[in-house]
Amino acid sequence: MTLKEIADLLEADVIADPEDLNITIKNACSADMMSAVLYYHTPDSLLITGLTQPHVIRTAEIAGIKSIVFVLDKKPGAEIIELAKQKKIPILFTRFCMYTASGKLYEAGLPGCLFK
Amino acid sequence: MPLNTNEITEGDFQIIGGNFTNAGEASMQMKAKLTELGIDEATIRRAAIATFEAEMNVIIYAAAGRLRYYITAHNITIKLEDMGPGIENIELAMQEGYSTAPDWVREMGWGAGMGLPNMKKNSDEFKIDSVVGEGTSVEMIINFS
Repeated sequence: MTLKEIADLLEADVIADPEDLNITIKNACSADMMSAVLYYHTPDSLLITGLTQPHVIRTAEIAGIKSIVFVLDKKPGAEIIELAKQKKIPILFTRFCMYTASGKLYEAGLPGCLFK
Repeated sequence: MPLNTNEITEGDFQIIGGNFTNAGEASMQMKAKLTELGIDEATIRRAAIATFEAEMNVIIYAAAGRLRYYITAHNITIKLEDMGPGIENIELAMQEGYSTAPDWVREMGWGAGMGLPNMKKNSDEFKIDSVVGEGTSVEMIINFS
């Protein structure tokens, strides 16, 4: 699924370079606990989270996560957005809660990280 | 091989407890170095995750710590020593989901009890020593494929 399709499904605002909308996301994980992300993620995945701390971006970079969706219209600070730009990690903002956002993407065919 | 047989690339970082703002900087610099040396992506990810978890443990639990890494042609060794409270029961701390982190740490997205298990999972060799009231030291070796 492309990032553009994900943004459309989640009616999300996007901060990304235009070409980033064409990147392919293979699976997703939804979590607020970063250790769980580091433990269970698979590469090239999407992180769906409600946490808006700088270490979310660093966790994504360390884990090879392709993009981050912030749920419930949570907006991280300017320095976090700048860090995401530096690390070339596209970020999305959706008004949906984590459960609904995850459900919409799963229903559209995007599997979870663990394939369970 | 990415390096000459006898060549060692090193890194040395001081980590300050409670400093979440720069959390992950040491791991990211180490990751950049491994990338520069041409190590494969999956191995870099394992090393970066193990190091990031170790770095976060110092930030969460300790007053300060020192993280060093040594890269040879065959592997990377990551050593971490902290001045923290120490771990009373290492066996228990190694269990997935066991955590003594306070609520404010969990609110920041850490303290899920996956840190030490994740460090072990991503290492080919993992050693941990701890003295209550003095601190904890960890050594991790990740072999290059």
